Amino acid sequence: MTYDLDFERPLAELEKRIQSLRSKRPEKINTSEIASLEQELSERTAEIYSGLTPWQRVLVARHKNRPYTADYIRFLFNDFFEMRGDRAFGDDHAILTGIASFNGQTVVIIGNQKGRDIKEKQECNFGLAHPEGYRKAQRVMQHAEKFGFPVITFVDTAGAFPGLESEERGISEAIADNLLLMAVLRTPIVSIVIGEGGSGGALGIGVADRTLMMENSVYTVAAPEAAASILWKDSSFAHQAAEAMKITADDLYHLKLIDGIVPEPIGGAHKDPRTAANYVGEALKEEMRYVQAISLDMLLEQRYQKLRSIGAPDSLAALKR
Amino acid sequence: MRDINQADSKFAANGDSLNGGSPEKRREVPPDLFIKCPKCREMLLSRDLTLKVCPRCGHHFRLTAKERISSVLDDPDRFIELDTDIKSSDPLQFVSKSQAYSAKLADIEKSTDLTDTIVTGMGHIEGIPVSLAVMDFRFIGGSMGAATGERITRTFERGIQHQCGAVIFTASGGARMQENLFSLFQMAKTTAALTKLSAAKQPFICVLTDPTTGGVTASFAALGDIILAEPGALVGFAGPLVIEQALHQKLPPDTDTSEFALAHGMIDAVVDRRSLRPTLGRILRLYGG
Repeated sequence: MTYDLDFERPLAELEKRIQSLRSKRPEKINTSEIASLEQELSERTAEIYSGLTPWQRVLVARHKNRPYTADYIRFLFNDFFEMRGDRAFGDDHAILTGIASFNGQTVVIIGNQKGRDIKEKQECNFGLAHPEGYRKAQRVMQHAEKFGFPVITFVDTAGAFPGLESEERGISEAIADNLLLMAVLRTPIVSIVIGEGGSGGALGIGVADRTLMMENSVYTVAAPEAAASILWKDSSFAHQAAEAMKITADDLYHLKLIDGIVPEPIGGAHKDPRTAANYVGEALKEEMRYVQAISLDMLLEQRYQKLRSIGAPDSLAALKR
Repeated sequence: MRDINQADSKFAANGDSLNGGSPEKRREVPPDLFIKCPKCREMLLSRDLTLKVCPRCGHHFRLTAKERISSVLDDPDRFIELDTDIKSSDPLQFVSKSQAYSAKLADIEKSTDLTDTIVTGMGHIEGIPVSLAVMDFRFIGGSMGAATGERITRTFERGIQHQCGAVIFTASGGARMQENLFSLFQMAKTTAALTKLSAAKQPFICVLTDPTTGGVTASFAALGDIILAEPGALVGFAGPLVIEQALHQKLPPDTDTSEFALAHGMIDAVVDRRSLRPTLGRILRLYGG
């Protein structure tokens, strides 16, 4: 079944009807009835997806079939060479890094990787990175600066791994170091949130000249469930928290906290990963043109001013006007 | 130099905010006479405490920003507080359950002497001018909202402007959920501002106090040129409670304490509050302060 989310139940029923019509003996198949149901299914899908609530977008952003960093690499980049390890402790599969060719030029790729099947999910620790993941990212960022390669980051994590080993190996310092480095890295950085942008673990690879979000992705300082359990004293209020926190691409674009929104195919990126990747590819090409049209000095000054203005009195006042 | 113990005896009789006993009880016993140490469980005479440190076991009680400023500056009366006009403007117009965040802010402002999580300004430590910032856990759990990040940023900028070091005392539960991404992105903004102070070759000394976790730990607080911590403070990213809940993992008792951070190479020293001011003075002098 391809429609498996709660709010997709009417779509799942339609799909079931279509399938049962199709499974009839060939001479009994009513093609015009199928066509009209398919038409209805696509219209209802478009209708439902055009009015998703923030919490419904959280569910789409976390969908098990949603394309991950590795999928976008496969669809959009040539000659990907994976760079592994932080050269100090280990290789964290929760952050995927490497060099590849994009639109005819070499770029450095950094992305959270959640893992598709159980085995891969375990290897990737469900996308929750340890300090060595952030330090690997740091290493490849420095590599990008050294060779003048632009950096593209794919953000998709619930957060950094909350565990004893993370604390022992300095998860705070690892994330903080990346924030510091990305503020001044002398090469363009473009970041796109492809699923979940979760807290410091996401920002640790997400400081950029241009930040994009996919239509159904979300960006949060804390998971809506966590916010609900603290502010509503009950995690079942997650949908209210998701609403109040303004976590969607649309909200964050209007709050001027991100620079652009990448559309998704009807029914979400997981319905048609290849088309989703095409949209991402087009958006990345455009952002690459933008960041590379400016001198590096000016780009860095713009990056600083952009960071400096976040939540500053002037920019908040401008939002209210 | 002033006798630090004597000078701060004013904190000794401030048990009220620490144990917060019921009003009935207070009528029977003066609220500030006795205080129970949560660590060694000893009943203590408040006046025996120096800088709110238990004389018996050395437990460091939490300080308010005001108390901290008094404890660390040469002349607290000459502290120039700045940025008081920078307050949360509730950019998301956040409402949870039945309470509006803006009402919560107004309540806290009324019930404390604070206008945000952090008090910022200029003062002197052992004769050396510093750009000072002190967080106060009472203000929404010391969380970092947009106003907090702006004040921290200005603290670094004043270090450049006055060619002096920045000293920040942290006490924070992390991010301000009611400001979502405005809060999260302060991690990036404050660290970016720190790069400017570093470029101006002025030191940033960070003192981690109980508790310092989350987004504050994972941004500017982890990046001090020198990082100190008070003994026994909760210092970490997720904190033991979150880890135990998330992973059902039982943790060693000292996980995410100052001593744990020191043992794992995350900080330079654990410093007793009673010797913090001379320690800061000694460090600042080494940078030509």
